[in-house]
Amino acid sequence: MGVIEFATSPWGQTVPVHISFLLIWVSAIAGLAFLMGHAIWYQVAVKHAAHAEPAQGEVAADAAVKVPDTVARHSLAARLFHWIMAAAMLALLVTAFLPKVGYPFAWVTYHWIAGLVLTASIIYHIIHATFFLDPWSIWPDAIDREDALRRWKRATGESAPAPRKFAKYPLENKMYHLVIVLAGLSVTLTGLFMMKRVRTPIFTRNPYVFGDMTWGLMYVLHGLAGVGLIALIMVHIYFALRPEKLAITRSMVLGSITRDHFLEHHDPERWAPEPER
Amino acid sequence: MAIIRDIMPAFELFQPATAQDAVGLLDQYGSDAWVLAGGLDSFDWLKDRIKKPKVVVDLSQCKELSGIRELNGGLAIGAMTTLTEVVRHPVVREKYGLLAEGAELAASPQIRNQGTLGGNISQDTRCWYYRSGWKCYRAGGNICFADTPTAINREHAILQADRCVAVNPSDSAPALVALEAQMVIRNKSGERVVNAEDYFVGPAIDIMHMTVLKPGDLLTAIRIPATWAGAKFYFEKIRDRNVWDFPIMNVASAMVVTGGKIERIRIALNGASARPLRLKAVEDAVVGKAPDAATGAMAGLIAVAGAEPLKHNGYKIPLMKNLVKRAIGGVQEATWAS
Repeated sequence: MGVIEFATSPWGQTVPVHISFLLIWVSAIAGLAFLMGHAIWYQVAVKHAAHAEPAQGEVAADAAVKVPDTVARHSLAARLFHWIMAAAMLALLVTAFLPKVGYPFAWVTYHWIAGLVLTASIIYHIIHATFFLDPWSIWPDAIDREDALRRWKRATGESAPAPRKFAKYPLENKMYHLVIVLAGLSVTLTGLFMMKRVRTPIFTRNPYVFGDMTWGLMYVLHGLAGVGLIALIMVHIYFALRPEKLAITRSMVLGSITRDHFLEHHDPERWAPEPER
Repeated sequence: MAIIRDIMPAFELFQPATAQDAVGLLDQYGSDAWVLAGGLDSFDWLKDRIKKPKVVVDLSQCKELSGIRELNGGLAIGAMTTLTEVVRHPVVREKYGLLAEGAELAASPQIRNQGTLGGNISQDTRCWYYRSGWKCYRAGGNICFADTPTAINREHAILQADRCVAVNPSDSAPALVALEAQMVIRNKSGERVVNAEDYFVGPAIDIMHMTVLKPGDLLTAIRIPATWAGAKFYFEKIRDRNVWDFPIMNVASAMVVTGGKIERIRIALNGASARPLRLKAVEDAVVGKAPDAATGAMAGLIAVAGAEPLKHNGYKIPLMKNLVKRAIGGVQEATWAS
């Protein structure tokens, strides 16, 4: 069995129809393997290295005094977006994959409704982040790349200066955001077109909007991004629950982090701290 | 799509002598196994080379799966009992005439001699796009060829369509739903009993199957309780050719009338969706009312609520309305209206 399933169209053309649903398990197992691998690596390597030498550069004293007791990290609007998107994403994964793994139910309507909620939340997020937040704060910059190289060298035994503390988002946060943007936009855009294939009160059903090959590729992209999201969401939840990341998770609920956490992980010169309002 | 008719693909044939052996084989081969009952649906698939199972488990030697016996005041009918045996059985004719009528209207005498009750209720849909081997939703693809702007869909669903618009073609199935029958299913883990109305599944739940049977499952018997024995029955089948044909639509009702009022009723209809529909809303609405044309007309309107016709099957809405009307009001009283 291949990664993609093919069919013969009425015109005799071999076209992809969708991914092999075995990939659901591949993604889930890959996600689980990553979690276990990371947990072991963190326990053995990182904790050990933390005692050996400072992992990050120091914060300048004059900058540190300007840090308030609680630093605003996520506005209420940003938090609402995150949790609405999370609920929609979980609903989409459950409705998409539970019937495929042996728990059949009438999933299509719930799936497209959750998809529309996700789409609306993404549009809101793009507008909010572009016009009301610093849109570049979540994209990797030159310092991130340089510090990543420093960390790699130090991890492999080469000498390198200590990497600087992070700006608002650590590099792994930024990389995760990048991947989730790609997967999220893939499922959302293809999903919106796929609504033309089912009966909804929103679009008139017409499966002939695109040719068989285009539809097939769309189903495959939707499926690949969808199963990819299984692993991505597993990883996201895992990190959200890790003890050393709980302060960040808490900030996604309450909106702020403490001064101590800020000074331990963030560089006030790269992220100007604002007190919680 | 290359279809080589009349030459079946090679498969390994098993002819177990007991249901236990059959279950063992089905468990061993799982989704590679094909259950062969009377063969009337199976041989279409096999000779058209659209289904290519590795293993065929022929149940014809499992004598314990045939026959009709009384059970707790009702009947237990072996899944391999032929439709002719069902039709001719004196108790079926006397107490459960609804089933006798439904089974007798299926196909032709020759087919009823070969076809089994279990096969008749478990047969696949007749949607010709699907049966021609196109990779539609039901065949594991991503499209319903019968629900496109240019599709020929005169026989397809008007209710509960969910991506796939195929309909269930069984004549005995609605009778069994109306009689509150139960399906006995056996697999390696044991036996389970499923109500007839839950035995059939629509595309919203499982777009690739018509019943709850999973690989490894074997339908062994159909139990009919005494609940509706001797009730007032109505069965009507509409088909293109009256000599023999699959139903365009059929209706089955069992009714107990006391003092000129409907005391209790079960009504089921097939050919409107991928599963025989039990018309619960109709049942609730007509209880306590006289079984006449007025009640039937009201019931017909309730029955078609939510119907969504396709391009070529709009006629099914008045058809369904009238069948329900006649099933409740009787043919003499009910006039045909479009």
